[in-house]
Order: sequence, then structure tokens, then C-alpha cells
Amino acid sequence: MMRLPPFRYFAPKTAREAAKMLADHAADEAMAVAGGTDLYPNMKRRQFTPKVLIGLHRLEESRGIEEDDDGVTIRGMTTLTQVENDEILQAHYPAIAKAARLVSAPILRNMGTIGGNLCIDTRCNYYNQNYEWRKSINFCMKKDGEICWVAPSSPRCWAVSSSDTAPVLMVLDAECTLVGPRRVRRVPVKSLYHLDGIDFLKKERDEILTEIHVPKSNGMRATYLKLRRRDSIDFPILGVAAAIETAKDGTVEKARIVLTAVESAPVQAEKAEALLVGKKLTEEWIDEAAAVAYRPAKPLDNTDLTHAYRKKMARVFVARALRELSRG
Amino acid sequence: MPPTKTDVAPEQSSPAQEAEPLSIIGKPLMKVDAMAKVAGETLFADDLAFPRMVFCKMKRSPHPHARILNVDTSKAEVLPGVLAVLVGSELPIPFGILPVSQDEHALCLDKVRFVGDPVAAVAAVDEETAEAALEHIDVEYKVLPSIMSIEEALADTDEPIHASERIDGNVHKAVTLQFGDVEEGFAEADVVREESFFFEGNTHLPMEQHAAIAVYGADGKMTVWSSTQTPHYVHRAMAKVLEMPPSRVRIIACPNGGGFGGKSDPFNHEMVVAKLSMKTRRPVKITLTREEVFYCHRGRHPVKMWVKTGIKKDGSITAMHFRSFLDGGAYGSYGVASLYYTGALQTVTYKIPRYKFEGLRVFTNKPPCGPKRGHGTVQPRFAIECHLDKLAEEIQKSPLDIRLEKVVEPFSTTANQLKIRTVGLKECLERVAERSDFRKKHRNLPRGRGIAITASSYLTGAGLPIYWNKLPHSGVQLQLDRGGGVTAFCGSTDIGQGSDSVLAYIVAEELGVEVEDVHVVTADTSLTPVDLGSYSSRVTLMTGNAAIQAARRLKPLLLDPAAEKLQVPVERLAMAHGKIFDRQYPEVSMDFAEAVVLAEAKHGTLGSTGSYTPPRSRGRYKGAGVGPSATYSYSACVLELEVDEDTGWVKIEHIWIAHDVGKPINPLLAIGQIEGSVYMGLGEALMEEQVFRKGVHKIPSMLDYKSPTFVDMPPVTSILIETLDPQGPYGAKECGQGPLLPVIPAVPIAIYDAVGVRIDETPVSPDKILKALEGRLAKPTVPEYDFPPPAEVPPMREDS
Amino acid sequence: MKHLLNLSVNGEPVEVAVPLHHTLLEVLREDLRLTGTKHGCELGECGTCTVLVDGEPVLSCLALPIELEGTEITTVEGLTKDGRAHPLQIAFAETGAAQCGYCTPGILLAAKALLGRNPRPTRLEIQEALAGNLCRCTGYIQILQAVERAAAADPADYTKPISV
Ligand SMILES: Cc1cc2nc3c(=O)[nH]c(=O)nc-3n(C[C@H](O)[C@H](O)[C@H](O)COP(=O)(O)OP(=O)(O)OC[C@H]3O[C@@H](n4cnc5c(N)ncnc54)[C@H](O)[C@@H]3O)c2cc1C
Ligand code: SF4
Ligand code: FES
Ligand code: FES
Repeated sequence: MMRLPPFRYFAPKTAREAAKMLADHAADEAMAVAGGTDLYPNMKRRQFTPKVLIGLHRLEESRGIEEDDDGVTIRGMTTLTQVENDEILQAHYPAIAKAARLVSAPILRNMGTIGGNLCIDTRCNYYNQNYEWRKSINFCMKKDGEICWVAPSSPRCWAVSSSDTAPVLMVLDAECTLVGPRRVRRVPVKSLYHLDGIDFLKKERDEILTEIHVPKSNGMRATYLKLRRRDSIDFPILGVAAAIETAKDGTVEKARIVLTAVESAPVQAEKAEALLVGKKLTEEWIDEAAAVAYRPAKPLDNTDLTHAYRKKMARVFVARALRELSRG
Repeated sequence: MPPTKTDVAPEQSSPAQEAEPLSIIGKPLMKVDAMAKVAGETLFADDLAFPRMVFCKMKRSPHPHARILNVDTSKAEVLPGVLAVLVGSELPIPFGILPVSQDEHALCLDKVRFVGDPVAAVAAVDEETAEAALEHIDVEYKVLPSIMSIEEALADTDEPIHASERIDGNVHKAVTLQFGDVEEGFAEADVVREESFFFEGNTHLPMEQHAAIAVYGADGKMTVWSSTQTPHYVHRAMAKVLEMPPSRVRIIACPNGGGFGGKSDPFNHEMVVAKLSMKTRRPVKITLTREEVFYCHRGRHPVKMWVKTGIKKDGSITAMHFRSFLDGGAYGSYGVASLYYTGALQTVTYKIPRYKFEGLRVFTNKPPCGPKRGHGTVQPRFAIECHLDKLAEEIQKSPLDIRLEKVVEPFSTTANQLKIRTVGLKECLERVAERSDFRKKHRNLPRGRGIAITASSYLTGAGLPIYWNKLPHSGVQLQLDRGGGVTAFCGSTDIGQGSDSVLAYIVAEELGVEVEDVHVVTADTSLTPVDLGSYSSRVTLMTGNAAIQAARRLKPLLLDPAAEKLQVPVERLAMAHGKIFDRQYPEVSMDFAEAVVLAEAKHGTLGSTGSYTPPRSRGRYKGAGVGPSATYSYSACVLELEVDEDTGWVKIEHIWIAHDVGKPINPLLAIGQIEGSVYMGLGEALMEEQVFRKGVHKIPSMLDYKSPTFVDMPPVTSILIETLDPQGPYGAKECGQGPLLPVIPAVPIAIYDAVGVRIDETPVSPDKILKALEGRLAKPTVPEYDFPPPAEVPPMREDS
Repeated sequence: MKHLLNLSVNGEPVEVAVPLHHTLLEVLREDLRLTGTKHGCELGECGTCTVLVDGEPVLSCLALPIELEGTEITTVEGLTKDGRAHPLQIAFAETGAAQCGYCTPGILLAAKALLGRNPRPTRLEIQEALAGNLCRCTGYIQILQAVERAAAADPADYTKPISV
């Protein structure tokens, strides 16, 4: 039986309290836990051994989805099941509901939260292994070791950013509220991430993600396509989120394309986005954009299927996402 | 599209000839343990607990290949909560499933041979304490170069994985068998084709992780409960390793939470908990983690294959030459048998008049391979079906006809001296072709969509036991209680396939009682007569026949006094539905229970035994022990799929599968075995692989080792074909392994029909398909090797 | 250090002293000896350990009991009511849906939750609801048939004594 390492457990009622506790117990490597579906497996494999856990499940007003003048607010502790079934999201932001539905499997989605989903650890099949396994290859840079087995000459870790909802929230220009022990700030979801497999979150370790704000859709249409071996359970080995806003005549006014699971952070395909503006989503421009968009994808050999294949698929999936959007 | 309803109605191909109508056999009854299973009452090994029980964890090697210089357990021994620490020198006797490969130790002595090989073990008050104690065991290793592939194993080395005079370097075993002059056959052929294939290794992944509990009693007896498919062989190995008289060792196989061959070896953890129980004088339990289950393995061998076949324009085969190269992993396990199996059954499906087989198994520094569903025959079946599809195309013959015309003759003998009995393969092929509209669809579907037809055969129980002797392979003992209950004792092990139910159905059928009145006591080496175990698809046939014999021996004892009492001639009495009655005047009857009381008064305590030994095989050559079977099952499959040419993604649309089951003892269970086999075959064809990188298992988890989910399973139409085999109980043959075989090759063959590319290796993953579409997929190759000259083939024995 | 927890399992209040870091799976199996709940990975990857919390399926290997105080936990042992089997249990038994039976408790509970919110699911809906529960024996088809059969039965119909 895989078991958790021992820890002390606190269940604060407010995010501010939680943040303070994280700060106070920093020496005990305190961590927040929401659904635990990402953290607990990691703890069982000893990727993390916090001596203190701050459970967020008692936080007041931490769940639910609400519409207001500026758009919609999704509270951090809302489960993925709630996100996928929410009527507001299904009506106005179906891509968010879809991305949530594509996470793992239904039972896990009853437990996993959207806040947790934005903060999940990066993945690598040299890293997502038991302690003994990692020890037998002398560990790696991300945890307890020196070098990166995927790219031995690389100064950084290439573990893969694997959240399904992050790319969709990014193409919708969503922001999130972070509550720290002393300050509250609101930042674009995009700026949560950092291109480094170890230091992948720009959130402070004592900040709690309490809310996600998605601006009014204003005719912005979005979609999300996910590649994985099985139609359930599996993490993305490639994800493509795309959003398009067009003028009446179909001319693209705004385009967003974000790739996930091909780098240590979600990758925005800025060149392709720029290329599309002012164009119509014809087959030619779609292909052109796809040819540009997949370039920043840097999949390596640390997840399922070959990296050359995943890179190729990035192009195919971008084209497919755009084609879907072109159909309105 | 979601799966559609399966055909449960069996197809009759020859008239039933039973005198008495069957009241239980052939009915879709509930399994005897079904309600316990759905209630969560069934106790699997890890569910057991005993007073004072302590927990075991094993310290495992982090190196694929290393010499053990020193094991220091002193720090661990003094930890609070630790009761005992065990090292290899305390259990120095080697063991292994096959008499020829006694090469495993409970804990490694001098060397570790794969990452995960155990070197020490701890018993402690709880699992966490035991696990923590492992960190305090210091093992000093001298790391040795590791051997991770067949090619590396064939290279010269100063440090073979096993140093033994019987082993040449890392070549565990090399064999050559030749039946007839294949060169002459190739000369006669119109078309000769030769090519190579590769079948990747994969593993069983039973949902239940292996567990074992040992209780060494104050009476000096050892009892071990284990998730094992083969309590009899664990009994043998355990007594040997513990150096205890077998008479004082008792092995009880708990219901297995899935086995598929993965729980068929005696395992080191079973020996370890037994010894720790002796040391601590307390019950000791171990439950493996999922990763440790991947280390236990004994799964499908990775096999490189080369095949050369000559055929005439009419499609008949003139000769076949087949070579296999097995990557065996670190220990022998069933490997010698696996090796022979890669060559043994080629001739049992299609007529092959001249046949040559060369096979090689090497040791590598990976978890040992062994038997997985379809043991050793799955890889060659993949190669041969793909190969035959190409041959058919070369001579422009339909893949259905080329198969139909070649099906072996019933009651014939193959080139390699195997005795064939009933053969339902033609019906299987015709039925799946008809149901799927194969003739119309083949080569006529729109691009991207494809269809394939394949065929196969499998054993119904190995004809020879693992230890060659004249003893029965299965025994059943019956005991009657005065209330009319019947207890059937048998060593067979229920791994989910329903062997307990089959035993109960047969006893109930024979004695005319309700299934509910039969109690089964199985898989306990002290209480039950030996049954060799749940492997090689042997249980229904062998236990079934033993049960019939036991029941039929009991019948006269019951009928005799009943006839007296009812004043009816004994020949007129029948037994059914809990009654003994006059066939002419059924109202003249008595309850079964009453007959039991009368019989016991007359004869004393009632009981009987029955046993079964398969017919003697005919071959006398070295290697003839692998392949013979009382009878063979046959399967045919049609598979339709769609390929996305931009991504290489495959969607299986539908599978039609027909299986010659002889006679289904219970059609519901037979269908369940077929559907489960199709599932497992698809997993192997599309995504499952047990692969290694840097000496370690690349993906030892249920997330990364891809087992298809509910949404990945296509609709399946299953068709049961009845041939009423004279060897089988009521005509039954196996159905638990055979139906897996045709599924795997059907995937690449249908892909070829869809998009015109050949994938000659497994798994047939989207990246390979895309590469093939781009013309960049390399063909599999086989190593160079000088096989030994063919063994002499003496003339066959007469039929027995 | 052990912690005294008050849980409600299968309608019964239970007080149990356990270390806080033990998951619900461990507490159910090891402390409460409710061994009907099985496990296949303990990492959230297989669905075998599924139980219901307030009627919704969760993975007990990733659930902390301290967060479940005040909820109602249902395990396979709680599926039978007054000694009578749930229609799903009967359907599974009659359809051959439990081969080795190891994945069965988790699947039964996931299916119960599905039928609770969608009494007449399509086959695709059943497949999707159970998509996180692996079974290595059946190929899933007889399980799907069993769920359909149970859905056709009256959900309140606990007919069969469990001892049959
Ligand atoms: C088998 C399996 C398959 C999975 N498949 C997918 C998949 O396909 N796609 C996918 O995206 N994910 C997948 N996951 C990962 C994970 O389950 C989900 O991403 C889930 O949404 C994580 O949410 P959680 O609440 O359980 O996070 P937790 O495990 O509780 O937390 C994850 C991390 O985020 C931090 N955190 C959580 N909430 C907050 C907060 N509000 N503020 C600040 N920090 C916080 C935690 O400290 C922790 O570091 C899978 C997991 C498993 C075990
Ligand atoms: S990318 Fe490199 S450093 Fe990062 S987890 Fe993988 S092996 Fe380790
Ligand atoms: S044991 Fe909980 S999901 Fe596998
Ligand atoms: S019945 Fe054996 S795993 Fe499902």
C-alpha cells in the first residue's frame, strides 16, 4: 500500500488565515491542499513531504461559479465536476467546461478543484515515480538530484506543464486572485506560469488562489483539443486551446492560441496569433497559422508517445482547433 | 459507438447426443461466488488478518545487475517496532517453477539481476514501520554492466547474468526442431516469402496486487494464504526452500483478483513471509505495491521473429520455417516452456506439412518474463497471421479463403506430432465473415476504413505436467452430508474465470442436485486433491472430467438403496432437481437427501474421488512435451477500424469473434472469457508495453502503463461454436485464452486494408502508423545466431 | 500521533483513533475492517477504491478522513439494505459482470451514483461515468449490460436476499 508521509493538518476558514499559516509553517514546508488529487499521489511517492498541510476544504465562500457585469467568477475550490456541469459556463464558455470534462476521469473530477488544477505540479516520467525508483537512477534535478535525464546538458528541468484548464483560461484572458498573508493581488492566469519545470509557478508559496475571473466573452469563441492515449484517466500529452474573435465579415480581430503539455509552462503562440489578425479563417490561413504556431512547442521524451510525434501533432491540432472555430 | 449486445445463443454445429437432457450445463447461471463478490464479502489475500499479525516489506535492488558485497541489517534490527530482518543466506535453497530452471532465491544471495530483485526483508508491527526500516538496511553493491536487449545478451561477456555450466553466456536455451524437409517444401512452392516481426513485452496487470500471509503454528506447521494461481507448485517450492517436509506445509490460494498468468509462479515474497513467520512466531503478511507487481511480472516475452513460408498458387502451404528470439528477463520462470510454445502450435491452426522451428531465449537484466494469457503462442500468432495476409495478397487470394482452405483436419496429426481432435475453425471463420459482411467489405471500404480476418488455436490444458510423472493432473473428492449437501474438494483455483462454479455445476448436473446444494472447497493443498493450477486453460476440461468421474462413482451407491426403497429397477432411475425418480413414472421419487441417508446406512460414510490425466501424447522427441493437449480450441476474428491519417489514430469500430468452445458449460461465463480476451488483446495490440529505460521499468504505474478504459472498448459480437469434443466434459474446450490470439494481428492487418501500410510490430501505436504513412518506419529485424542442429525426431507413439 | 475521528459509515456512527495521514482507504480497510473496498494503485489511477461520500463517488485512496467528518460514507458493505441486495448487485451477479470481482465494489458504487442522478442512462453515459474504473477481466461489456439491467429494474427494489 502506498501511504502518505505523516504531517500535521490545519483547516482554516479564510484564505487569509490559510496564507498566514503557510507563511508561519514555511520551515515545515507547509503546503496547501484542495482536492489532493495531485498533491497526495506526489506525497505518496515522496516528491513532497510537507510536515504541515493546510486543508482548504473548510474555506468559506470558496466554491461556486457566478456571473457578474465583468464576466464570470469561478471560485478556486470549485470542483472540476461542478465546472463541467455548470450552466453558465456551458452557455458562455463551453471551452472551459470541456477542458474540465477532459481532465482524468469522473470520480477524480469530483475531488479535484479548478484552483488545484491551475497549480498542479509539472510532470515527467523520470519524476512521477516512487522514491525507490527515482533513487535507482540517482534522482534528477527536479527532486533530490543533480541532472536532468531528459536533457542531460540542460541547466533547467523540462517537466511538462499538464493542466487542462490553464490553456483555456489563458486564451480567454482570464485572471486570478491570489490571497497572500499580507496582500491580495489579481494577475492574469498567463503570468502564473514560468518556463521552468521546477520553478513553474510565479505564485508565492504562501498565496492562495481564491478566484478565477473570466472576462465577458464578447463574441470570443474558444475551444480545447486534447491528445492522450486513452479517452479517460490520462493527462494531456498535448493540449491546444484556441480562441477567436471575428468581425461580422469573418475577419479575425483577435486570436489566441495556447499549447500545453509541450513545455514546462503553457506556451502562447504569439506569432501565429498576430498572423491571423486581419485574416479570414480560410484553409490556407489556418494551415499557415498552424505551421507557425507549433514551432514553440518543445516536447521532449518524458511522457507518453514520442516527442517527434507530439510535436507534429501540435501542428495538426492547432489546425483542427482553428478549423472548428472557423465553422462558428 | 457503444458496445452492442453480445450473442449469447450458442451455435450448434453437431447434434447433441446426451441421453439425459442437461438441466444445468449450458445454462447462463449465476456463478456460485457471484453474490459474495458483489457484496464485497469475498476475501482476497490482502483482506485477511490474524491476531498478532505483523507486516513485511522487501528491500529491493536499485541496480539492474550488481554483485552484492555486503548486507548490513544491524541498524534496522534495533529499530522500535521491527521484529525480524531476513537476508538471503537464511534461505539459500533455489527454486523456480520448472525443474530445469531452479534459479531464483527468496532473497538474492550473491547477485541482483534486475531493478526490484529483493535482497532483504523486514517484519514489523505495521507496514509503515517495516518500510521505514528498509532505509536502515545498508547494501553494498559492485555494479556490473547490465544487459538490456537480446542483442546485448548475445554479445560476449565475462559476467553472464547466470553463471552455470548449463548456460552458454546469456543464452538460456536454444532449440531446433525439424519435421520434414522444409527446403524441399520451399522448392515446391510457387511463392516463398520471408520476413521479420517484433512483439513487444507486456504484463498482466491484475487489478489485485499480490499478497501472502504466512502462519507458522505452534504445532510446527506452516500455512500460507496467497494470491496464487498454482498452490500445488507453491507447495513444492515452499517445502523445498524452507527445508520442511511438504507434509507440514499447507498452501491455500485465495480467490485471485485477476491472474492472467501473473500469479502462476512460486514467488520470493511467499517464501519470505513464511520464513519471517518462523522467525517471529507471528503471522506475517505482505502486500505488494503496484510497482512491485510490475517487478514480479512473468508477463509476455518481447519476441523477435522471422518466418519463411512457401505456398502454392492455390494457397496451400508447402513448408514453414520459423525462428523466435525471446527476451527472457532475469530468471528462467516458465521460459523454457514459453520458448517451445513460440514454435509448438503453428501447425495446429493451418495445415503445414513440413515445419522447422528454431528458438532462443536469453537472459537480460529485467523482471523475468513468463506466461501471460495465450502463453508463448500470442507472439507467433501475430507474426503468422500478418505474414499470411501478405501471402494471400501476393497470390491474389481472399484472406478468408486462404484460411478456410488450410484449416487442419479434425482427428488428424500435425507435422510436429500433435494430435488434433475436433476442429470448429471453419465454422468460426464462416460465422464471423458472415456476421461482419467481410467478403463485401474487404478491400472495398473507403480509404481510412479497414477490415481484417484472422484465426487461431489454443490448448485445452497442457498434455504434460510440469514435473513429469504418471500422476493425475486433477482430482476431485466428493462428500455427502445427511442433509443432502454435496461438498466438492478440488485443488483448482478460481482466478475469476469461474472454476469453482464449473465444478459446482458439473457435480450438481451429475448428481441431480441444485447448484446451491453444492459446496466447493478448493485450492488448499491440505484439504483438496491436487489440481495442477489455473494455467494452460486446463481447469474446465481436467477438473470437469475428474468431477464427472467422482460423481459417477458415487451415483451407484445412491441409486442402489433408492431402487430398493422405491422398488424400481435401478436402470430406470434418474437424478435431477434434487430428486431421484423413475423415468417412467416420475412421481415415484424420493428426495436426494433421503437417498443419501439410505445410502449411508447401507454403505457407511459416503464419498468418492475422481481424477483426470490427459491422453498420452504421441511425440517422443526432445521438446515434444510442449504442445500436446487433450484437444484444441479455435477462434476467428473480424475487426473493423478507422485510421485518422493525419494523426495515426486508430478507432476500433467493431469486433466479431467466434470461438469453438466445444460446449459452453455456462454460455455467460464463456462470453465473459471471450470479451475479456478481446479486451486484453486490444490493449496489447494498441497500447500496452512493458519497457525499460536506464535499467528501470519506464512506466510502472496504472496511469502510464496503458490499460484500455470503459470508453476505449469497442462493441464486440461474440459467437460460440459447439463441436462437442469427445475429450471434454460434455464436449467442452477452453475459452479463457484462445480468443485473445486472433485479435492482435487483426489490428495491423485492418490498418493495411484501411491505409495501405504494414506495421509488423506491437503495440501498433499512432506514432508508428504515422511514420509508416510517411514511409519512415523501419522494418523489424532479428539477430544472427547459429542454432543447434535439429534434434532427432523418433517415430510417434501409437494412439492411446 | 493518533486522532479521534467521528465518521458515519454505511449509516453507522463510528469513532476511530487513527493517524491523520491515513487515507480513507486505509481507515476503512485496516481500522474498520471493511475490506470490501479494494485498492489497485493507491494513486488515483484505477478507481478500484471508489466509495460514496454523500452519494457521490470519490477515490478513498486520495481522501483524508478528517475532511469527511460530518459526511455519510457508503462502501460496498452498505449497498445491501436489511440483508437484501441492491438491484445493481443482483444484476452484476446475474450478468457475469463480476469475474474476479476485485474491481466490482468500486464499479458498483460508481454505478449507483450514476443511476441516482440518471436513472435511465444510455450506454455511452454509463461508459463515461465508469471511465475511471479499470477492470482487467471482463472487457467491460457484461458490466455495461448489468448496469442497464439494473436501470431497468425498480431502483427501490431490494428484492433478493443477499444470501442467495
Ligand atoms: C490519475 C490522475 C489523472 C489526472 N489527469 C489529469 C488531467 O488529465 N488533466 C489535468 O489537468 N489534471 C489531471 N490530474 C491532476 C489533478 O487531479 C487535477 O489537475 C486536479 O484538478 C487538481 O486539483 P486538486 O484540487 O486535487 O489539487 P491538489 O492536489 O489539492 O493541489 C495541487 C497543487 O496545487 C496547490 N493548490 C491547490 N489548490 C490551491 C489553491 N486554491 N491555492 C493555491 N494553491 C493551491 C497545492 O498546494 C498543490 O501543490 C490527474 C491526476 C491523477 C491522479
Ligand atoms: S525534465 Fe529532467 S529534471 Fe525535470 S523532472 Fe524530468 S528528468 Fe527531472
Ligand atoms: S486505489 Fe484508489 S484509484 Fe487506484
Ligand atoms: S472483474 Fe476482475 S478486474 Fe474487473
